[in-house]
Amino acid sequence: MAGTAVPGRLSWLFADVVDVIVETARVRTLVLSVPGWRGHRAGQHVDIRLTAPDGYQVQRSYSIASATNEERVELTVERLEDGEVSPYLTGELRVGDKLELRGPVGGYFAWEVADTNGGPLLLIGGGSGVVPLMAMIRQRSMARSDVPTRLLYSSRAFEDIIYQAELARLVAESPGLEVVHTLTRSRPADWTGYDRRIDDVMLAEVAWAPSDRPLVFVCGPTRLVESVASTLTALGHDPGRVRTERFGPTGG
Amino acid sequence: MDDNDLRLDGNAAAGPLAEIFGREMTMAAAVCGGCGTDAPIGSLMAYDPGLGIILRCSTCDTAILRVSRVRSGYWVDVRGASALRISTAE
Repeated sequence: MAGTAVPGRLSWLFADVVDVIVETARVRTLVLSVPGWRGHRAGQHVDIRLTAPDGYQVQRSYSIASATNEERVELTVERLEDGEVSPYLTGELRVGDKLELRGPVGGYFAWEVADTNGGPLLLIGGGSGVVPLMAMIRQRSMARSDVPTRLLYSSRAFEDIIYQAELARLVAESPGLEVVHTLTRSRPADWTGYDRRIDDVMLAEVAWAPSDRPLVFVCGPTRLVESVASTLTALGHDPGRVRTERFGPTGG
Repeated sequence: MDDNDLRLDGNAAAGPLAEIFGREMTMAAAVCGGCGTDAPIGSLMAYDPGLGIILRCSTCDTAILRVSRVRSGYWVDVRGASALRISTAE
């Protein structure tokens, strides 16, 4: 049962949906107000629980997209057509509805400004794998950190890029932040960026040299994450500084 | 798609483990009972076939922890772990 939060314990809470933002054709951001929320670190996630009228329950994990901001929590969810939860979250949920969640959970794939020890921060995401990385970028901007940060972000097509406008704005406003896109399926006619899946040549160009000791977070579909992690190791990066979060087969 | 595409990592077990242990556990280290590899739980390979989550050693594939949801709570099979190292320092 959901109840009031006990400090140090993980309790189910009821969030109020205060806004739903259309990010792309298949992606929505749920803006939640969570009474009792104790804040979170960038990269952490929440467990969502849906209960059917007959009592059947289903639970999923979603990364938090927002920087910590009192009781406000944003989740960015990609619609998976055969999913049990994401079609409801992206298609049925309305402003004013309640949503049961608990969190924040996780710590291994979490970042705070102090964690980089002056070294650069390398974020690599595929599809909705960008969500926890966006929380890190937002946290970095909110803290006015100038730690050198690069996001390498793989999307299928230009119109599938999540947070496109905000990323462009943050790059313009934030010293030391760079965003590099690659589009794997289709490109606008005037596209001059990368046009393929992330590979060793791309990583050698975008990742810092291993001697710069970047702290690396990789998030996306399992295949992308494992390919990137093993390529970084082959390029000489310390596996102990490469943190991964796999989404499984589909991403989201 | 093969089984490797279904592989997650220990982050996926963060919620249930926090519920069971009453604290964040993905940064805690698990020492593999098979090969002795000492790694954060968040970095282990995870599989979720629907009945629960199996956490496997990324070096030797030993099933270190199996966390199953049962009617009254959880069943945690710890046979594959020789130790868990939990830091209480913040």
